[in-house]
Amino acid sequence: MEYYNLLKGESFNQKVMLDIFEKMCSIRNFEKQVKKAYDEQDILCPVYLSIGQEAISASVSSSFNPNLIFTQHRAHSTYIAFGGNKDKLVEELLGRDGGCTKGKGGSPGVQDFEIGMFGHHGLIGENVPLAVGAALGAKNKSVLCVFGDGAAEEDYVFTAMAFAATNKLPILFICEDNDLSILTKKSERRNWELTDALRAVGMPCEDICDDPELIISTVNNLKTNLPAFINCRTCRHRWHVGTGQDGSPHEDRLEIFEEGLLKRGISQSEIFKIQEKTKIEMEELWKKHLQKQ
Amino acid sequence: MEKTLAETIRELTRKHLENNNGIILGQCLSAVGWVNNTVPDTKNIVELPMTDVAGGGIATGCAIVGRRPIFVVRFQDFMFLNSSMLINYSAKSKDIFGVSSPVFIRALATEKKGTGPVHSGITHSIFMHVPGFKVCSPMTPGEYEEVWKNYLAGEDPMFVSEHRHSFNQVEEMPNVIHQDAQITVYGIGYSRFKVKEATDVLTREGIKCNFINILWLKPLDLSERILNPLKQSKLGLVVDSGFEISGASQSVAYELMKQTKIYVEALGAGDRSVGTAERYENGTPTTKKIVEKVRELILLRS
Repeated sequence: MEYYNLLKGESFNQKVMLDIFEKMCSIRNFEKQVKKAYDEQDILCPVYLSIGQEAISASVSSSFNPNLIFTQHRAHSTYIAFGGNKDKLVEELLGRDGGCTKGKGGSPGVQDFEIGMFGHHGLIGENVPLAVGAALGAKNKSVLCVFGDGAAEEDYVFTAMAFAATNKLPILFICEDNDLSILTKKSERRNWELTDALRAVGMPCEDICDDPELIISTVNNLKTNLPAFINCRTCRHRWHVGTGQDGSPHEDRLEIFEEGLLKRGISQSEIFKIQEKTKIEMEELWKKHLQKQ
Repeated sequence: MEKTLAETIRELTRKHLENNNGIILGQCLSAVGWVNNTVPDTKNIVELPMTDVAGGGIATGCAIVGRRPIFVVRFQDFMFLNSSMLINYSAKSKDIFGVSSPVFIRALATEKKGTGPVHSGITHSIFMHVPGFKVCSPMTPGEYEEVWKNYLAGEDPMFVSEHRHSFNQVEEMPNVIHQDAQITVYGIGYSRFKVKEATDVLTREGIKCNFINILWLKPLDLSERILNPLKQSKLGLVVDSGFEISGASQSVAYELMKQTKIYVEALGAGDRSVGTAERYENGTPTTKKIVEKVRELILLRS
């Protein structure tokens, strides 16, 4: 069965949609286990949860296959969506030698060279100049660079992206725009959008919500004309760092996407099957590693 | 005809860019004399925009994908902006992420009349403080070749504290050892030229001084070549062009004292901002100042 995207006139098949849904469920269920382990003090390092923002990396990974990935501090979703080793991610969060950086990088520093993903040190937005330098140095390797709306305000981010535009470097920049820097809304911090600034330097840009179909069609449109930038508006459900929550999130893209799939004829049982499968997978994954203690 | 230091840097760079898939990045590399004639007109030169913070990150990104970038910062004072990603990523990436990030940082110092508060700084001490960097200050062609060879053989980012006043240097700077020296004076960076002048003056006065060149600041060379003259003279002085307070001169003096239990003083630039007018200058200790300091130390000991 194929679905038709009214905005871009592209068709997507059921398998792609269900793959994205499964990735989103995997990330959500992984992060729920992180929350549990953190709340029970099995995880002692600060954690940056991707709950609520899963759709972006799940969708981008379905339509863009970069050679190199540079992420920000909130990167569990990118790591999982692009096929990072989940065992190593669990070990990392538990601070063990078996972790993807042997417990040195922690939650914000996850990496997996098997998928070309470099760790983030914690200086917000530093991954942007690093990605630009890597694209410049590596020559003809496609690069994905993911950062947040707070990082977009770091002075070195715009100049690095403008340098990428000047030198036509093959980078897809994604801003996971959750409208929050810790708890300060974007409107209280600035009166500009990065898309407007980057259009001025000739970079193709789109400002969209985190609807998977829209993300895929936007990535498909832009990925042949890199560098390009997508500002993707999303909703972070948990605190900037830690597992707490201030009230209910204003939306849950996973629920919205699930409703959309139902409306388009995917059966409830099929959806439930994916939810249960990913839930059990993540529970068993964490149980296996926690039992090693 | 022997090569100057500037010509040596230029030719090492040329080979790197032409034969080694190297890359050089910096601001205004090809303008105004090609960075004092140290940059060759060849391929793989990347002109960075005036992005003093992102520039270090772009160089670091090049390094982690294997390009061995030379990152040129035309004035060491600008390192305060350029260093954030070098310190936070390049220096740490091997240790934390298991991926080396060997950026060759050419940080140029200068001292001349009127350079004032933003064009006359020496900042190598800051990089000595950060785990992950190698730090050196070559002043001769042979030293620069040694440094370059060390960089290519290793995996660490390297902070190379250069000084424009040394770019015409052709000869090497051998250590000067006297069997009955009264003091051993160690020189770092450009101050070595002043230390050499001062020790010559003092020796003519009858105060015999050992003169030892310090090329590597980190890791600091604490071999017998460095320590034995101090053990013989029983008194030491370390001179640097950078600020004395919490700087390279004090740090090296402390290490020498720790190793030998012999008193070693430090002498560097004063603990105050530099001004443009001549009366506000504050850089490499002058020959006269070094001479006076040595006399004072010898008097105190006696």
